[in-house]
Order: sequence, then C-alpha cells, then structure tokens
Amino acid sequence: MFLSIDLIYILEKLILIVIIVSISMVVAMYTTLAERKVAAFIQDRRGPNRAGPFGLLQPLADGLKLFFKEEIIPMFSNKFLFVLGPGLAMLTALMTSAVIPWGSKLELFGREISLQIADINIGILYVFGVVSLGVYGIIVGSWSSNNKYSLMGGLRAASQIISYELALGISLIALLMVTGTLSLKEMVLQQQEGYWNIVYQPLGFFLFLVCTFAECNRTPFDLPEAENELIGGYHTEYSSMKLGFYLFAEYINMFISSAVMATLFFGGYDIPFLDESTLPVNVAGVLGIVALFLKIAFFLFLFIWVRWTIPRFRYDQLMGLGWKVLLPLALLNMFLTGAAILFFDK
Amino acid sequence: MELTTILFLILSLISIGSAVMMLMSRNPVYSVLWLILLFFTISAHYLMLNAQFLAVVNIIVYAGAIMVLFLFVVMLMNLNADTEPMKNYRLQLVGVIAGGSLLLILVSAVMKIENNQPVMLMVGDYGLIKVLGKTLFQKFVLPFEISSILFLSAIIGAMVIAKRDTPSQITKGETEKRSS
Repeated sequence: MFLSIDLIYILEKLILIVIIVSISMVVAMYTTLAERKVAAFIQDRRGPNRAGPFGLLQPLADGLKLFFKEEIIPMFSNKFLFVLGPGLAMLTALMTSAVIPWGSKLELFGREISLQIADINIGILYVFGVVSLGVYGIIVGSWSSNNKYSLMGGLRAASQIISYELALGISLIALLMVTGTLSLKEMVLQQQEGYWNIVYQPLGFFLFLVCTFAECNRTPFDLPEAENELIGGYHTEYSSMKLGFYLFAEYINMFISSAVMATLFFGGYDIPFLDESTLPVNVAGVLGIVALFLKIAFFLFLFIWVRWTIPRFRYDQLMGLGWKVLLPLALLNMFLTGAAILFFDK
Repeated sequence: MELTTILFLILSLISIGSAVMMLMSRNPVYSVLWLILLFFTISAHYLMLNAQFLAVVNIIVYAGAIMVLFLFVVMLMNLNADTEPMKNYRLQLVGVIAGGSLLLILVSAVMKIENNQPVMLMVGDYGLIKVLGKTLFQKFVLPFEISSILFLSAIIGAMVIAKRDTPSQITKGETEKRSS
C-alpha cells in the first residue's frame, strides 16, 4: 500500500523538522548568552556569570523572565495584528531552515535519511523568497501598535530590507552563474569535489555578508530599532514573550543566515582537506554536521564581533550605501562573473 | 479522491475566500494582508502545476516586494473606515454595472473552453527553471529583450519623476556633499 510508505516518509520528515526547529531555538538561546559574553570580553567586563557555571543557565533565566512578565496589549492597538506580528516574525525566521542541507545522510534503522527537509530544485530562490517575507512581521507589528515610534521603525525596516534585497539578489545571481544550479544540496556536492565558492566569488560573498547584516537588522544596520532615536523602534509597545519573540527571531535569523552563508560560500557540511567517501556513512554524516556547525559558529561570532565594534550608520548613509555602493558593486560582480565564464569556457 | 484533488479543492477555497475577504474588508490594511494570502495560494497552485519557478518568483516579486510597498503606502496614508472617501450612489451603480459585464465576459470565455483536456497536476517540466530559461533565451529572445528595455525605461521614468527637486533642495544637497 502506498499509504503506509508515505506515512513513514512523512514521519521521518516531521521528526527532522522538530529536531531542526528545536536546534534553531537552542542555538538562538545560547547566541544571546554568547552575545553578552563576547560583548563583555570586548568591553573588558565579565558578563553574566551568576546563573549556573559560567552563566550557562542565563538564557533559561532570561526566557523565564520574559514568560512571567506582565503582558500588555495597548488599548488603541489593533489587537489581532498586534498578536500576529511576532508570530509572523518567528515563522519567517524558521522557514528558511527547510532547504538547508544540514549534513549528507545518516543510516538509521536500515533507512537512509537525508539530513535536509526538502531538496527542491529552486532552493536558493526559496531562501530569497522567505527573506523578502521577513519584513512582514516587523511591518504588521509596528503598524498595529498605533505608536508613531513603532511606525517609524516599521517604515525604516521596510525600506531598508527592500533596498538591500536588490544587492543580495544580484550577488546571488552571480553565484548561480558559477554553480549552474539552484539546489543547495548540489552546490554543496560541487564544493566537496572542487573548491569552495568563496574562491570564485570573493566580492559576491562580501556583498552577501553586508546585505545579510542589513536583512537581519543587526548593527551597524539596526536602524529599525535604534533605541536612542526611536525608543525601541518597531517593538516599542511590546512586552513579555511577544517582545521575546521579536528578539528571538533576530537571533534565529542570524543562525539561519550563517547556515546559508556557510552552505553557499564555504562548502556547507564539507570538511576541508578530507575525502568524506573514505569514511563510513554515519561517521561522515556526523562529522559533516559538526563541520557545518563550526562554520555557523564562526559566522555567529562575526555577527556579534561586528555589533560591538562598529557604530550604527545614519539613515541616509544606510540608503546611500545600499543604492550607490552595494548595488553597483553587485552589478559589476555579475558582469565580471559573466565575462569570466565566457572567457574561460571558450 | 486523489490527494492532489483534495489539495486543489482546499487551496481553491482558501484563494476564493481570501479574494472575497480582500474586497469585503473595510480596513485597507486588512485588504492588503488578505491579498498577500491570495498570492500565497496562487503560488501554491503554481506548485501543483509543477511550475516551481513561477511560484517562487510570484512570492518574491508580488508578496515580497510589491505588497510591502502597498502596505507601506496604506500605512502612511492612515486610511480608516471613518475617513473612507467616495460614497456616491451613482458611481457605485456604474461600478456594479461595469464589474458585472466584465464578469459576464469572463464567464462566457471560460464556458467556451473545451473541457476534454483537464489540467494535469504535478506533471510536465514546462515550469521548471531549465526549460523556462532555454525557451525564454532561444525561442522568445527578442520579445524578452524588448520587454526588458521597456522595464528599464519605466525605471528611468520613475527616477526622473522622483528627482524633480526645487532649487532650495538642490543647494541643500550640494552643501551636504561638500561637508561630508
């Protein structure tokens, strides 16, 4: 019967989804701790060290605090959209994880399990699509708060994300021209056999990195929540776990973006200088996951490092950088890539 | 019933429902949000027809970019049910007649389609990016290039309209450039 086979397949994917979503949550939780610890290190402080050894239980304490705080929904807000906003932010943050290959494959219970939720042949466009939806959580939340600071933050977020999406998309197109495929899995396989894509696309990677910072609303591009101009930006009116969702979605976005960058430009789960096919399947699978997470950890550190090193841009500087520097550079990168492909293939 | 048929029915219900809700909502922000939901279900329909590229481009361009701008404008104008313009009875009547005749034409056109070839779900590779790209850049390369020039001219036109500065703004921009 086809139904029973289908059910096992669906079960396998469901388990995979649950595992990946919970890992995203845990990584995001501990990124908040890492953020505070790294900030403390950079500013020559100790950072949180009371809850548990080395402050390891601090994220749990923070989460509990957010849960137990009083929840306030402003009287003049649009109640339904006010609740919908943080939910949308969380949803779009988690959706991208579906197409990322987290590892090669594992053999469990006599079944070969691919460590990717969906290997669709438009993988990279899917990532781009979800990124472009990420702004809805912020806009909806900011408008429904019925607060002028919130609205200003939301409008800033919308124009910022649309502006930086262009350069992001064009730097991705140059990458597509090199790899010739849209599937993230296939890109990783190509990088396992040849060189990592960073070798072919250094400028493309740099543009992608800068645009990712803007898309995640991270410093130096955190204008939507610039606290010394807009109080709290789009989440001024939010309290309790709804605020927690917004803050948390930012860290999940960072985690997923790091995973995307590692996959696209740094070989994904590929272990450098090692031929994975010589190892048993399960060992190679687990080592691959470890390699990917090490790369992700590096990018997360980079996010934090930049936040505590570089001050915030002014708003016109932000727009000028996006439209007058990054977009022309991305176009130039695409042109050079096309020319190089034409030249070397002939 | 097959699984795809059930999916198709559910999706169609959602898309028709959200289209109706988009028209019925008093609040323009709700209308925009319903329209976004409608675009999602249309993308899902594309996916069912195996047109993955079309589906994801529909999300990126319409749901991701154009609707964000719509929402942007609607929020800035702060349209509410109380400030709703145009309650002219005659205009409403004319609108009903015009819309009704459009519906009539559409229905008659749909009725004429021969139904002996039902839509095939999840088959064919016409919507896949490889096939689409080859068709666009080989068979239809001239129309494709001409339409892209049209887009370019539209972009430049928008810029020209937006750049209509008053003299005081121009001098202000120049001083800013000098100081930075």
